[in-house]
Amino acid sequence: MLGNITKTVQLAAVLFAGPAFADEIWVSNEKDDTVSVIDIETMTVSRTIEVGERPRGITFSKDHKVVYVCASDSDAVQVIDPQTGEILHDLPSGEDPEQFVLHPDNRRLYIANEDDAITTVVDTQTRRVIEQIDVGVEPEGMAVSPDGKIAITTSETTNMAHWIDTQTEKLFANTLVDQRPRHAEFTHDGSELWVSAEIGGTITVFDVATQSEKTKIGFEVKGVHPDRVQPVGFEMTKDGRYVFVALGPSNHIAVVDQKTYEVIDYLLVGRRVWHMAFNGDESLLFTTNGVSGDVTVIDVAKMEPVKTIKVGRFPWGAAFRPTP
Amino acid sequence: MRRTGRALLAAMTGLMALLVLGHGASRAEGEMSILVGYLERHVPPPPVLSNLEETPDDLGLAGARLAIKDNATTGRFLNQSWTLSPSIVAPQNDFLQAARDLLDRTPYLVVKAPREDLLALADMPEARTAILVNASLPDNDLRGEACRPNLLHTIPSRAMLADALAQFATKKRWTDWVLISSKSEADMALADSFERAAAKFRLKLRERLSWSFEADMRRNAAAEVPLFLQDAPDHDMLVIADEAHDYGRYVLYNTWLPRPIGGSEGVVPSAWSASVEQHGAAQLQSRFADLTGRDMRSVDYAAWAAIRAVGEAVTRSQSAEGETVRAYMLSDEFELAGFKGRPLTFRRWNGQLRQPIPLTHPRALVAMAPLEGFLHRRNELDTLGLDQAESGCDAFEKER
Repeated sequence: MLGNITKTVQLAAVLFAGPAFADEIWVSNEKDDTVSVIDIETMTVSRTIEVGERPRGITFSKDHKVVYVCASDSDAVQVIDPQTGEILHDLPSGEDPEQFVLHPDNRRLYIANEDDAITTVVDTQTRRVIEQIDVGVEPEGMAVSPDGKIAITTSETTNMAHWIDTQTEKLFANTLVDQRPRHAEFTHDGSELWVSAEIGGTITVFDVATQSEKTKIGFEVKGVHPDRVQPVGFEMTKDGRYVFVALGPSNHIAVVDQKTYEVIDYLLVGRRVWHMAFNGDESLLFTTNGVSGDVTVIDVAKMEPVKTIKVGRFPWGAAFRPTP
Repeated sequence: MRRTGRALLAAMTGLMALLVLGHGASRAEGEMSILVGYLERHVPPPPVLSNLEETPDDLGLAGARLAIKDNATTGRFLNQSWTLSPSIVAPQNDFLQAARDLLDRTPYLVVKAPREDLLALADMPEARTAILVNASLPDNDLRGEACRPNLLHTIPSRAMLADALAQFATKKRWTDWVLISSKSEADMALADSFERAAAKFRLKLRERLSWSFEADMRRNAAAEVPLFLQDAPDHDMLVIADEAHDYGRYVLYNTWLPRPIGGSEGVVPSAWSASVEQHGAAQLQSRFADLTGRDMRSVDYAAWAAIRAVGEAVTRSQSAEGETVRAYMLSDEFELAGFKGRPLTFRRWNGQLRQPIPLTHPRALVAMAPLEGFLHRRNELDTLGLDQAESGCDAFEKER
């Protein structure tokens, strides 16, 4: 009898919680050990999912059937069913996984192991470690080229972008950037690699074919000391027009022209803005604001913030999930 | 020209030649190997009342070891190899001879030594073109009239620490201070710095008291301290100068008036503390703990920063020649990410590493100086410590 009631309650809970019928933004809350799921239609948090300790990197499989979360202090990458929020299993990740990137083959996960100066390559199907690659001190930023041939790890204390040949899983180039690189992204056409340097206050743009530096972009926020203008996470629009750059404790997002490398605008968001994710058609951008514990929604066409959504403590990563 | 000569010689006489001419850097087939010396005069720690804490034997050296490891990890990708050569000189042994032995092999020396030893070293002819980095002494005048152009400092001066506390007190509006200090030379110097900081930030120093108890405070602090403070004028904050951490701990919670405490106890300004965790500091803390099994302290941090600074300068200037490296370290191009949220640079007029000063208690960070609102036309970090106009150091300018 009691069992039946429990079951009914559980069923009700499941029905109430989902399945979702709207696009979602998933946000990892570093200091709450949870993921907040934002319903893009209503712009509210529709679910909060408990995950491992200190969740940071978050990304969906290419088919959006599972979501991967770096549970840094649990030393695991957790694989979660986005429909139910259930943790399906852990992947071996090496120690202290912070960030990762999923290869276009939808199989290999390249993981930065911050405490060990290693990049771990994991096969998400066999759940085995394929390779561990020695990189610089405190690896963090991870990227993979659109054709899947190159993976990148940036190391915060070594101040480099390490270029990995994904055929051999070996380094083929190491290029210096400014102090404390945090994030790396390839342009959608694969011709350029952009790397942000938090303490250096710059983004270095590399020509991918030659791994040589093309240009360096600086930032200046009115009324904020240059030392506190710290580029961290950034995202590029698919149309090749804009790059949105989180400037950390300056509480601003810079909008950069992808072609001319000029900063077009600065948008005020929450405190210590960290990472971000677009919705499906890139009309909206969701930024994670670590210190204020919220997400700012930016209208991309108008280039202005339109809403703030409260999430957990120290929101870190963000990832888009389309309506299933 | 010099380098070509060296390469030839090396080719001719092989490994032995490398050892002879080494001088901190040898280049063979594009590889750079860089040696850094760590020179310490062993000084037995002064006696203190409490038996609770021990000064770690490897204080400073442990930070140097971690930095060499960090440099070496980076160096792998740049064909650099990094080696640390530690030399700990016993009290009865010849410090300058040990220095000479290291300077034969490298221009880079991280030094943890008493003042007399440090100055004698800096004035040695053999050290004229060396890069000596002071990782332990907070003496203001080493950044002032007694400065030496071959001597840089990664440990903050007392003035920097005192200014950090004064900024914090200003922010909290704890404007009236009473100051306690023992009669030791170090504590008098620290108290002078607090006095100077109070004047700089327009705080009121209501009284400066001298701690002179001979008794064992472990037993009778509760009785003695309130009496000691009973006649002091009213104040917002009680500031303690106790560098050896001898008596200050017994003042906490034993005061006559209920007032917050800062300085050597309570809210403490320092180069580094185990409770610093922001700006990726937790990573440095955990790497240090993995290596040593203990917490990182200020002198460890200063030694770490010294070798990381040399590492950055070598990497960015693509040279291991002492003169090029020194010029780069003091240039506008140089910056070091030191886990304090801002780039660290050297003051060109006295060789002091500019750095934020955390104000901590044993369990958490309270504030990070410079605090918001303290502005400076050059760099907010220059609101801490001796600014160019007041430093009195002209040795750096002269040699330019």
